[in-house]
Order: sequence, then structure tokens, then C-alpha cells
Amino acid sequence: MKVVLSWLNDIVPVGVDAPAIAEVMTQLGMQVEEILHVGSTVDGVITAKVLRTERHPDAAKVHRVWVDAGDGVERHVWCGAFNMQAGDVIPLATPGTTMPDGRVIEPRPILGIESQGMLCSANELGLGDDHTGILILAADCALGVPYGEALGLQAEVVFDVDLTRNRPDCWGHLGVARDLGAQLGRRVEPLGAALDPAGSVRSATVDLVDGERCPRFTTIVLSGIVVQPSPGWMARRLKAAGMRPINNVVDVSNYVMLELNQPNHAYDLDTLGGGGFRIRLALDGETIVTLDGVERTMSADDLLICDALDVPIGVAGIMGGLHSEITDTTATVALEIACFEQTSMTRSMNRLGIRSEASGRFERGVDTHGMPPAQARFVELLRETCPDLVVHAGAVDERSASLPPAERPVLVRVSQVNRILGTTLDADGIAALIEPIGFQVARRDGDVLTVGIPSWRPDSSAEIDLIEEVARHYGYSNIGAAVPNSTMHGRLSPMQQRRRLLRQVLVGRGLAEVITDSFLSESALAEAHLSDDAIHITNPLVAGDDVLRPSMRPGILRTIAFNESHRRTGLSLFEIGHMYPPGDRRSALPPEFEGLSVALAGRDATAAMALWRELVSAMGFGARVDQSLVPVGLHPTRSATLSVGRDVVGAVGEIHPSVLASFGVAERVAWLELDLSRLLGVEPKIAQWRATSRYPSSDFDLAFVLADTVPAEKLDKAIRQAGGNLLVDLALFDVYRGTGVADDARSLAYRLRLQATDRTLTDIEVASVRAKIVGVTTKLGAQLRA
Amino acid sequence: MIEQVRGALDAALTRVVAAATLDELRAVDAVVLGKKGELARLKTILGSLPVEERKAFGLAINEAVGALQAASTERALELDSAEVSSRIAAERLDLTEVIARPTRGHAHLVTQAWERLEDVFIGLGFQVAEGPEVETDFYNFEALNMPRSHPARSGFDTLFTDYRQLEADSSDHTAADGHEPSVLLRTHTSPVQIRVMQSIEPPIYMVMPGRVFRRDTPDATHMPVFHQIEGLVIDRNITMAHLAGTIDSFTKAFFGGDFTSRLRPNYFPFTEPSAEFDIQRPDGTWIELGGCGMVHPNVLRACGLDPDEWSGFAFGFGIDRMARERHGIDDIRDMYSNDIRFIEQF
Repeated sequence: MKVVLSWLNDIVPVGVDAPAIAEVMTQLGMQVEEILHVGSTVDGVITAKVLRTERHPDAAKVHRVWVDAGDGVERHVWCGAFNMQAGDVIPLATPGTTMPDGRVIEPRPILGIESQGMLCSANELGLGDDHTGILILAADCALGVPYGEALGLQAEVVFDVDLTRNRPDCWGHLGVARDLGAQLGRRVEPLGAALDPAGSVRSATVDLVDGERCPRFTTIVLSGIVVQPSPGWMARRLKAAGMRPINNVVDVSNYVMLELNQPNHAYDLDTLGGGGFRIRLALDGETIVTLDGVERTMSADDLLICDALDVPIGVAGIMGGLHSEITDTTATVALEIACFEQTSMTRSMNRLGIRSEASGRFERGVDTHGMPPAQARFVELLRETCPDLVVHAGAVDERSASLPPAERPVLVRVSQVNRILGTTLDADGIAALIEPIGFQVARRDGDVLTVGIPSWRPDSSAEIDLIEEVARHYGYSNIGAAVPNSTMHGRLSPMQQRRRLLRQVLVGRGLAEVITDSFLSESALAEAHLSDDAIHITNPLVAGDDVLRPSMRPGILRTIAFNESHRRTGLSLFEIGHMYPPGDRRSALPPEFEGLSVALAGRDATAAMALWRELVSAMGFGARVDQSLVPVGLHPTRSATLSVGRDVVGAVGEIHPSVLASFGVAERVAWLELDLSRLLGVEPKIAQWRATSRYPSSDFDLAFVLADTVPAEKLDKAIRQAGGNLLVDLALFDVYRGTGVADDARSLAYRLRLQATDRTLTDIEVASVRAKIVGVTTKLGAQLRA
Repeated sequence: MIEQVRGALDAALTRVVAAATLDELRAVDAVVLGKKGELARLKTILGSLPVEERKAFGLAINEAVGALQAASTERALELDSAEVSSRIAAERLDLTEVIARPTRGHAHLVTQAWERLEDVFIGLGFQVAEGPEVETDFYNFEALNMPRSHPARSGFDTLFTDYRQLEADSSDHTAADGHEPSVLLRTHTSPVQIRVMQSIEPPIYMVMPGRVFRRDTPDATHMPVFHQIEGLVIDRNITMAHLAGTIDSFTKAFFGGDFTSRLRPNYFPFTEPSAEFDIQRPDGTWIELGGCGMVHPNVLRACGLDPDEWSGFAFGFGIDRMARERHGIDDIRDMYSNDIRFIEQF
């Protein structure tokens, strides 16, 4: 909303210190985004008369112009426009002038000849779009004076205000002035002289068919109108407020809307079919051509304004019909001022895709009882240009049952005001804050006040709304500050603590965290060999990127390919985030879960496995590594599923080579993915102290030949079982395939350490454990190497 | 006789001092102090001496052996320290000849800001709540005083999903206005507030960080996917002054003691009175940070709390924004580029 300062001052004196006023407005909740100076002129641009022009033989696009700026001195200027001739008065930007676009005019020479300034087009001076030629001013204006004087330009200070939904009244200058005045201790006087229907009875009839959608519809007939341009002050204000002046009748209509937040429409009574109105819901599929020349198809939920003959002449509150405008010959109008139900207005606006100054105001809510003063103000303003204006008796004021009363009472507890705001106000204090903005305290009954909500505040209906008004005018900055005593213990949940530990472990291992796209395309799923059963976004921002990711693989592989393109290879990346598989669609929400994905570019599956082991150790994670169950999209002979019981909780290995190729990744990528919702949810056992032995250990190595079909993990387990408590450390230190070992087998060499906590082990004890281990491993088909 | 001892000692001492290495010294020691040494030989003739000479001669030999041993020990120390010195000298390294590059990892900037924010609120006595990113219309809007017809909803630019529950008895879930309940990507973390209020009894002092989604075209300051942290306090006798006090405590704890905060009126459907909170830097400039307000009585009611018994406040702001502010990042898209050259900077 553009709020014009001089306009506010017409309503209530608020002063001229724009920054100070803006600050008060912002503190009241009318946030001033910018203070504009509309219609202000460019300093240094003066009027000058063209003396003569001359072409230069070597310059095709510019010519030489000599001008006189009133001081009798001939000034030479190069100019690229040719629309002036000797005797024309034009605006001259003198050297040193800063133009609105930031350019500083310098005496820049062309072909060695200096230009003592620049002649300006209307566009260059911010006066409109015309940039086709130099602005030609009135021939009789004084020379050497600021061009603004010659044009009668006067600057208006305009506040660009970001209004919130709870302040519909501020869409009129009156509302802003009322709030501002209250804060400055100045009360707003009613606008518009009382209406004087001196003319004969002439009515524009109203047939309110669908009244629940139109609480009130008023008309009044005015004659003696002469359509002509508006006075300069009104045109200037409308322009400052962002509206284009058209003629006195339309301008007054707009002016009343911008001042009183009361959209209205003046119909030419002589062309209004049947001389009246009919307000009804549209028929499904009924069409109307609106003011902008577009044919609109209505639904049965749209409200139409028809003439008395039931011909649609406008979409109620949104846009008039093509022929509803008044013309140069209009002499008598039916002034219509109405209000419409807000939520259905929103629906119609959204359905039709139309936003207008009027519809936006109706949507937010106008003063349902503001029609009579708006009519009076309309008449008062139009009289300025039409002194013979006649206001006819026979005004129509049609109301439906849905019209709210002029003042809606609400009960406000003084104690509740103080309970919410932390203030110590009494009833008088509250009344003093809200009565200046129109909320009247009608009754005081102990703690309970009965407050009348004014009709221009349709946003307010409950006690809490009044408390907000009190807070605004009490001043948010006066409310004070106190820190509540939290009765909770500030801490992270165990799961959140474990998530942090996990991140620390990963970062400590040198991995970098990424956040990849939550939205994927169908083709990305296919390229990653993932199921196409996924949740889709029905209104995606980018067509095609409509799949909610069931996996981070596409996002991370893309990241690796992207970085490879910058010759950054060998990246170790991880991401912790949510994934959204569709599940079996039996729950109200999909089985969204939090997961960890790790990619080690340039590394093979053993690196992923080593990291998994690290996490097992650091996080207390536990899962079965099942290489017989290969996750889809991973390398079939180098990957395993991680399971707990029957549930899959992750995967470890390498990305499938053909998936890598699809994503344009050149390196091998070791991969680990974990379901953190599962794994972090399990509280690991707290490590319990075990005595460290004070006795020497016995170390020895054992190498086994084991068929490739038997996982090393089995051998490992068997050794541990056989070793029992005495086996305090077991480490695989060499894997060998080649000469001396069968083709389909490998040699696995372990170092073992035996140690007791209460004695030094004898050679016999050590030999017996060794024999037991060898015995058990033989059953697995492992052969001890000599 | 004594002269013989002195002569043997002198000769031996000369050899000890002349030993150039510890090995050489050990060899010398073996000779001069050994059984075949001159002093040992002289000792063998001790028995053949007259008794009156025997004592003086024996003493002289013992003194000579002691002196020789002391000299050898001293020489050994000398040689040892010289050997250590020469080894140390030979082992010199230029510590600025470094081949290895730092291999530390990097938490994402969003994570860094997220955890810092959590820590500040934990210090103020808050716990951390989380919730689903795919939400129902009810939690994202309806329970927050934004029924389907509420015009404010249009400002949230919601992304909707095609997810529908398969159950036949979906009548339970049909909204009052007859619309099928929609499943959407949460546009703010406020649904977690509702879930918290529904699941635990007040008092509640909680923050809700998380990922949120809006149908916004990416530009320097907007991403369709970004992160927010919201706070919720519900207790007896919570006032707007507590809101202002909490915002100010947070400001000082997070940004520094020389930062201040202020509230100014704004509008949100789920709080009333509502406010925008701004932070003032020590240089006097302001940062618009986020929204806040007293929890709307309708929201309390929707969560089964009596607004006459409980009151509370809520606030929220962007996590990404905090990271950008701290590190001077002028384009938010860089934070999500996953370009390792960006990640490694932090």
C-alpha cells in the first residue's frame, strides 16, 4: 500500500518528518519498506531555449544544438534526438547533474568538441516511458529555471507500507491516519460533509438475490455531472499512490477507495439496463467479458452484478464488465458502494486469477457500515469539478441477514490482558489505548469490559484480538523483558546426542557433509536402478523434478560427477537426511525415515566395510553383513545387506558400475547407507569396566587356507569362540591368493594374543587353546598352513 | 714398585682418553682393566712382596684401578653424549617440508549453524523436538488456525504430494469441509509444535529445528528447500515479556553481548499478538530475523490445552540465514551447490 504523507496530513496532522513518521508506523505494525519521493525533480536540470541546430559531417547519430539557458550565453550540446527546432524550450541537464539512473553528466567531448550538458527525454527524467525524443516544454516558460517549475511538478512523500492481514482498515489512508493519530494523541475527525439529497427522487433499484454473499449494497443517483480532468492536486495524489488519473468521476471513485478503503463504482445511469442492479450467483459456464476485454467463464460459486434486466455487468467486487465504464458524455451516475463476503471472494479471485485494487480490499474486509460517509465524501470531492452536481433523493440501502452489526461487542478481561502481556494496566489504561482507534468500552463490570469492535475492523472478533490492539498501542518496546524459568532440563535426547556423535566420527574420519536435492526425476530413479514406486509432488517447481527421494544415491552420485568435472576426485562425502519411500500406503503418512549415506569416491568396497566397522566400534551399531542379499543398484559381487533380525537397516559395498556410468561418475564409489531411525534408536550398552591384565601375553600367528565360498567372518567367529576369554585380541593381517594356495581359496593369516587376568599362561595352556582353535576351524573346512 | 703402578696407570689412562668411540673404549677397558692388563699383572706379584710393603702397594693398585675406572666412565659419558649429539645433528628435519594435506572433514554449514542454535537454546533450558517433513494438511495448517479457506495459506506456497492412504475407512480423516486430507511437504516446522503439544503435558520448553519446503524459485536469498528453527514455550503465566526476554537472551548468547533485539507488530494466524523480531548489530544496523508471538488461543484449544490455564509463546527463524550471516555468504544457492571447493572453506 502506497501511503501519501500529504494525504495523511489532510486527515489528521502527523507532521512532515517522514523518517520519524515511518518509524512510528513500523512500531504500530505498518511496516514502512521504503520512503519514496514521487514527482520530485532532478536537481541541475533547467529550462533552455533551442537557438539553432547543426549536423556535423562526421557524426551520423548525433547533431549539435545551441541553447540559451536564460543568461544569454550560448551553450553547445551534442544531442542524439532530432525532434527539436529553434525556439523550442527543452530541459537541459547541466554538467555535474546526477540523473535518476545514476549517470553523472560530464562535459564529454565528441569529435573533440565538448558538450556542455545533455538534453533530456521524459523517460530520462522519470516522467514516463517516452524516450523517443527530447521533452518539449511550453514555449512560454521561463528560461534557466528548474524544469519541475515549468511543469508544475511537486514532490509527494510516499510510504511504501507492507500491510498485514489483520489491518484491512489501513488499505485506506483514513485507517493509517487513525492509528497514527492515536499514537500521536490526535483524533481523526469524520471526513465528508453530510449528504444533502436536494434533488428529485431518482433511484437505482437493487435486487439482492444472493444476500449471504453480499451483506450490503447501496446506490445513490447523482446528476449534473460534467466529465473532465481532475484537479491537479487529486491527479498528483492518485499518481503518488500508484493510480493513473482518468477523469474526474473515475478519479473520485478511486480517491474514495484509497482514502476510506471503500471500493465503489459509478455506473452511467442512462445506459444501465432497467436502471438498477441485480446481485446473484452466476450460472455454471455463464460468461462475461470483463473490463480488460477478456471473456471469463463463471462458476456457480462466483457472484455477478447484473443490471435490472439480469444482464451481467460485472464480477462482484472483482472487475466490472466491458461496458460498465462511464464515458465523456455521462451526465448522471448511479454510485454503487457495497461489500462482499470475504472467503468466497478469495475463492473467486483465485479461480479467475484476477487481483484488482478493489478485490484485494474486499478479500481483506472493508467497513460494512462505511457506505454513507463514503457517498458523502464522493459527492464532496466531485463537487470540486461539478458545482452543479445534484444528489437525488431515493438512495437505496439493501442489506442482507449476513450484515454484521455496526458495533460487535466482545468481552475483554483486564486480568487476561495483563496475563498475556505481562503489563499492569487497569480498565482506564486499556480504554485510553483502544478508544482512540475506535474500540469503545461500552460497559465495565469488574474485571470484564464490554468492548465494541468498530465495523472497519472485520479482522477482530475475540478477546485476544483486543489484547493485540492494546499491545500495539501500549508499544511492544514498553512491554519489558523477563526470562522465563524453564522447568525442563535443557538437553539433547539420547538419539540426538548419538546423531551428533555419528557426525563427529564421520567428520573426524575426514568426510565432508553434503545436502543434496530432496526432489528427483523419474529418470534419476531408473538410472540408479531404484524402484519407480515413489511419492510424487503434484505441483512441482520444476516439471519432472517431482519425485520425493527414496534414496540419496542419485543426489550424491550427481555431486561426485559434478566435482569430478572440476577435477576434484577421491571425495569422501556423507549426508544425513530424510528419505520418503511410499511404503505400503496403509498409514496416514509415508514411512519417512532418517538415513546416513556415505560415498567414498575412488575407493573400493573394503573402504566402506572398514568405515562400517569403525561405526560399529564408535557407535555401538550392530547388524549382520549378508553378502547373499545384494541391494539393487549396488555392485552385485562387492556389496552386502546390513540386517537386524529380518529387517534391512542398511547396505554396504560399492555402487553398481552401470549406475556409475549413468551418472557420469568416472571413479569407483564405495558406498554405505544406514537407516538411522532404526540404528540411532537403539541405545548402545554402556561399556562396563574390565580389569586390564598385569601378566604377560602370549602372541602367535595362524594362517588358514579357506575356500572363497566361506566368508572370513565365519572363520573369525569360530576362532573367537574357540579362544574364549583367553583370546584378548584377534587381527587378520594378511590375505593371500596365488601360488601355493588353491585357485578357489585364499590364505587368511591372523595374529592372536592370549592373556589371563590372574596368571601368566603356561606353554601347555597356550598349546591347548591353539589346538582347540585349529580343531574348530578344521570343521569349517579351513586348513592350517604350515 | 709404586712407580711401576703409576707408570701402568698413566699408560692406561692415556689409552682410555685416546679411545675415540664407545666400542674402542670398551676394547681398551678390557685390556687395561682385564686379567691380562698391567695392573692385574702387578696385582699377581702382591703376594710375593714383603708384608710391610704389601699394604702400601695394594692400596696403590686399588687406587689406580679406581682412578682408571672413573676415567673410563667419564670418557664413556663424553663419547655417549658426542654420539647422541652427532645423531641428533644428522637427524635434522625441516618441519615446513610438509607433504600431507589436512584431512579433516567438514560438517555442512547448515549443520554447524543448527547445532550452535540448539546449544544456545539448551543453555536456556530448552529441549529439541523433531517431526516428519511430509505432513498432513491438519498439522501444517488447520491446527495452526489456518483452515482451508484461510487466505494466509496462499502465502505459504505449498508443495503437495500424491500420497494417499489406501485404507477404505478414510472417512475418519476427511476434513470438516469435505475435502480429502492432503499430504504435503511441511512449509514450516510449526507442525512439530502441534505434535509436541499433543504428546506431552506442559510445561513445554522446546525448539524444533528442521527442513522445510516452499514453492519458491531459487534465487540469492531463497531456496525451495531450507531449514528453520522454531521455539515453543507453554507454561502457566507466560507473558509477552517472557517472549521478549527469551529473544533477547538468545540474541546475546548467539550473536554476542553487544547485540540487542526488538519486537515490532506483525501478523501470523497462529500467534496473537504477533511480532517480527529484529537484531541490532553493535554498529547500529538491524537484521530482520524472524517471527514470533503469543500462541493463539485457537491453537492451544486445537491441542487440547485450556487457554485460560496455559499460555505460551512461539518464535521461528531461518537456520540457513544464520549461516549466511555468520560467514558472509551472499548467495544461498552456494550453500547447496555441494561444490567441494565451497565445503572445504568451513
